[in-house]
Order: sequence, then C-alpha cells, then structure tokens
Amino acid sequence: MDIVARNNVKVSGRRGGRPMIFSHGFGCDQSMWRYVAPAFEDEYETVLFDYVGAGRSELSAYSAERYTSLDGYAQDVLDVCEELDLTGAVFVGHSVSAMIGVLAAIREPRRLSTLILVAPSPRYIDDGDYVGGFSGADIEELVDSLDSNYLGWSSQMAPVVMGNPDRPELGEELTNSFCRTDPEIAKQFARTTFLSDNRDDLGKVAVPALILQCSHDALAPPQVGHYVHRAIPGSELTLMRATGHCPNLSAPEETIAAIKAFL
Amino acid sequence: MAARDDAQVTGETLEILEDLYEDAPCGYLSTRGDGMIIRVNRTMLALTGYRRQDLVGRTRIHDLLAVGDRILYETHFAPLLALQAGVKEIAVDLRCADGSRVPVLLNAVMKEQTRTRPEEIWIGVVAASDRRGYERELLQARQRAEESQRRAVELARTLQESFIPPALPRVPGMDVAGMYRPAGRGDEVGGDFYDMHEVVDGWAIALGDVCGKGVQAAVVTSLARYAVRAAPLRDSRPSAVLANLNEVLLKERTDRFLTAVYAQVQRDARDRFRLTLSLGGHSPAVHLSKEGLISMIGHPGTVLGILESVELHDVTVDLAPGDVVVFSTDGVVEGRGRTGFFGEERMGRALSAARDADAAGIAGRLMDEVVAFQSGMPSDDIAIVVLKIPE
Repeated sequence: MDIVARNNVKVSGRRGGRPMIFSHGFGCDQSMWRYVAPAFEDEYETVLFDYVGAGRSELSAYSAERYTSLDGYAQDVLDVCEELDLTGAVFVGHSVSAMIGVLAAIREPRRLSTLILVAPSPRYIDDGDYVGGFSGADIEELVDSLDSNYLGWSSQMAPVVMGNPDRPELGEELTNSFCRTDPEIAKQFARTTFLSDNRDDLGKVAVPALILQCSHDALAPPQVGHYVHRAIPGSELTLMRATGHCPNLSAPEETIAAIKAFL
Repeated sequence: MAARDDAQVTGETLEILEDLYEDAPCGYLSTRGDGMIIRVNRTMLALTGYRRQDLVGRTRIHDLLAVGDRILYETHFAPLLALQAGVKEIAVDLRCADGSRVPVLLNAVMKEQTRTRPEEIWIGVVAASDRRGYERELLQARQRAEESQRRAVELARTLQESFIPPALPRVPGMDVAGMYRPAGRGDEVGGDFYDMHEVVDGWAIALGDVCGKGVQAAVVTSLARYAVRAAPLRDSRPSAVLANLNEVLLKERTDRFLTAVYAQVQRDARDRFRLTLSLGGHSPAVHLSKEGLISMIGHPGTVLGILESVELHDVTVDLAPGDVVVFSTDGVVEGRGRTGFFGEERMGRALSAARDADAAGIAGRLMDEVVAFQSGMPSDDIAIVVLKIPE
C-alpha cells in the first residue's frame, strides 16, 4: 500500500528541517492549514495529509472497522511517519485530530515529540461533573444534519469523490469542493469523533504539549481546554482572542504566533 | 433645481432599496466574522418571530441553529466560508422565538473587509419546509433501499456458501481441492454447486450448474445438492444417481434444468484409484497425465430436469500416480473476455503450466487465469474441483 497516495501526503518546506505534521479534523481536509503551514516552511519540513476517507485520500482504503475508533486514525498518522521515516516531529492537530495526535504520541513518542493541540476536546458529551458541551441526542441530531446536507451530494458528488472524473459537467455544481467527503464515511467519522472518550489518555502524554483554546468555541468550550491543560502533565495553555472552532482559518496570524512562541 | 431633483431621486431610490431589502422574498442576515448578527430584514424576523432588538448585536448565527446544525456549521460551513468565500444550499433548522423550528436553506457569502466596513458574512435564508419534508422522505426511501440491498447481498452470499462445502473432506492417498467464484460482483446467487462426500466403497464428487440465477435457481441448486447426497443405495452407479436426480427435478415441477457431472473414486487393495463418472449434459472432466497428456473423460449425456427419459453413461478410468482430474462448470471454458472465449486450449495450457503444483495450486492457477482473462469481472459463476494422485 502506497501510504503517500493513500493519505494524499504533501511534503514541503526545508529539507532536513525538523518535521512538522499538520493534521485536519472532522469536516474538512488538509486545506484547513493553507494559511498556517506556509509560515513554518522556512524552518521546518512540513507534512500535510488527509485521513483515509477525507479530502483526496484513497477512499478504497477506508474500512469501517479500522476507523470506528480514533486508534485507526492514529495509525494513519504513524503510517505516514513510518513511510517518511519521521522522528522528533512537531504534531499540530486541529479539533479531533488533537486527540488522534495524543494517541499517536503515546504510542510512539520517538516519532511525535511535541504536540500542538488546537481546539482539543477529549470528550464532547457531558458526563457527571465533566462538561463536554453536548448530549448523546445532540450527536444523533448532527448525524441527521449530515444526512440532510449530503442528500444532494451523495448522488452528484459520489462519482467525483470516488475518482470518476468522467462527468466534467459536475464541476460547475461543486461549490463546496473543499473538504468534500463521502457521506457514509462522514457520518461514521462524526460518530467516532463525538462519541469518543480519551480523558484517561491525557495523563499518559510524555511529550511537551501546547493547548490553543479559542474564545466562543461552540465545540470545545473554555472549560474543556482547561481540563486538557490540567490533565496533560507539564502542558501549556494559550487562550486565544480568536472566536469559533477554526482559528487556523479565522485567525491564522494569531495561531502562527502562538505556535512559534511555544516552539 | 437639478440638484434637488437628484436628491429626490436618490431619496426615492433609497426607499425602494430599503423595501427591497426589508421585504425581499427571502430572509437576510448579516453577521460579523464571528457570527454576531449585525443586520436582519423584516422577512427574516417574520419567519422566525424574533424582534430586531433580540437579534442585532445580541445573537450569533450559531445561537439560531439547532445543536446538530451548530456542529455542522463549525466543522463544515465556517471552514468552507473561509476557504472559498461562499457556500450554497446549506440545509439547517432555525430555532424560532417560540421554540419551534423552521427548516431553511442558507446561501452565504463572505464579504472581505473594506475601507468603510469590517469583514461580514451575508446570509440569504429561504424557508424550505415542503422541500425538506420531501427530501427527508427521499432520504428514508434511500436508506430503506440500501438496507434491502445490503440484506439481499448478504442473503445471496450466505445461500451461495451453502452450495459448496466449507472444506472438502480429507481423502487418504489423494489430494483434492475445490474453488468457487461468483459472476461479476457476486451480489446475486448463482447456480453453480459442488460437493464431495464419502460413500459405501469410496468417495463421490458432484459438480453442476443450474440454468439461470436468483432465488428460483437457488431453490433448484439446493435441491440438486441434497438429492445427490440422498441418492438411493440400491443402485449406486453414477448414471443411476443422475437419473434419480432427474426424477427428483421433474417431480418438483421446477422449470429449471441443470447440467452435472457425478463421479465416484474407489481405491483397490493395491492402492490404485479407479474413477467412474457420468455426465448429465455437462462437459467432460479433463484428465492430465503425469507425462503431460491431456484427454477428456466422459460420454455425453442428457441435460437433467427436462425429459422423462434420459440417456446417461458410466465411463471408468484407472488413475496412476501423478494423474490430475479437473471438473469445472462452463464458467471456465465459456468465460468471455475481450478476445472471445477462454476456451479449452487456454484451459489446457493453464493446467499444463500448473501441473506440478498440488490440487489447490492447480485449481487456483486455473481460476486466476479465467478471472484475469475477463479483466477481473467473470461473466458467469466458476466452480472447479481438482483431484490429484500424488506420486
């Protein structure tokens, strides 16, 4: 299996520089990093990729079984590291990818030796005193929303997504051409993401970690950022002025500055 | 005078523009980059029941969305807006002032900061209750269809598996292997079957092909496999077993016919094997000698399940160490590739090339070549059984 093609791996930046892996979350693909990654190319060898099932990865490599837990996604990260023989890398993970990075760094701290966790949440669903921000019913509602929004995509986009570009007339329709995805895979990724609970893994992180917490993040409220900070030994927390869940898109300068200050 | 006219026109124009905005046939919302609502039109207020002062400067677009849609907004649409400056036909539910929900479609554009105003998101809102209801029905219909399809495929696969034994029995002094590959994608039950079982004085092999596919063919295939196993003991000649199968098929009044080969292998006191077989409309077995000579075993007989009286013959051959016997369905020889049929010649060449392998190796090689000849999508089911007498 060609991992570079499977995960649509793109390497740029300084050859021989310290590797820096940018990893996207649920809902999008590596284009999430287009305003941030270039700022590190002078010093680092930047590695961007799509998880199997997202962006321009090879959908045929998707297996519902493997990707039913975040461990399957962590394996994607480690596969990419092994393929490119990366060691001592900085791993920058957004949203659910922050937890995927935590899992990968616990397994192979030699390969991922620094974690930048952008808008992380170890568990989205409330549990006793723990406030994740959502209930189980909310997550089912999300899956319904995905269904409503993929209705048009499934028939029109599927051929394009599946790599049959023999219908170029569809190009006009593809206004949402970034972050495109197969509807069934998106639903499963939603469940895997929002039903996971990685609170117990945070204490096992043995590498330096930075948590970037936005203000007004509907997905990862401030108390979640503080929770992650307390749970990862020796971690640093930066509270950002940026609002929303995607500071890498809405406030790239602030995001870049926070990461550079930490590194 | 002229100047005042201009001013009047401008005033009127402004009024028209304001009416166009406020009473447009769709709701308008403008928000800051962070989603805070800064402008809203009357149509939008009427649609949702809010007062202007409830929304402007106090509510973010997220707060108007149901929870699932809010996650979708953050994970999908906010990124898309940042990456491509516009999204179209986003289906969400808005939460109204009275707690009810209204299904809408949103179009949004990101307007970059200018000299006179900061970055804004302009959102058009169209109520879509009827359309969304219809879409939901479509979605449910599709989900039901997918579920039925999944069940049908699973049923086909399970049923098919019952037509071939999970593993062939171990036969002392003889190496045997069976292989099966459904046509195309394998989502329909085919009519091929094979079986091997112990009989009073040796071993019996049955391999056949029921005409057609699908449920009707499956019923006949199942019947055939069990009829052969349960053949009466009073006359155990292969031709008698097939004649009995013919009677069973006619009695069942099925309109399907089948072709089959039935063989028995006996081992004598000096450990030599003797093979007796009968063909019911089926192609002969292929015999490959140690020296590499290829010959056919069997005398043509009548197809089963059509006529009351059938003509069936028993043919007996002695097998020597190193001999290979191959039974197959017409999916092999009649496998259709771009250049015509797979044919007996290609089959002979494939078997000769594989003859030093064990029975499973020979069956595998033949199967691989037939499937590859048809570019991986065989036009018919393929069943192969190979016997080899080790040297």
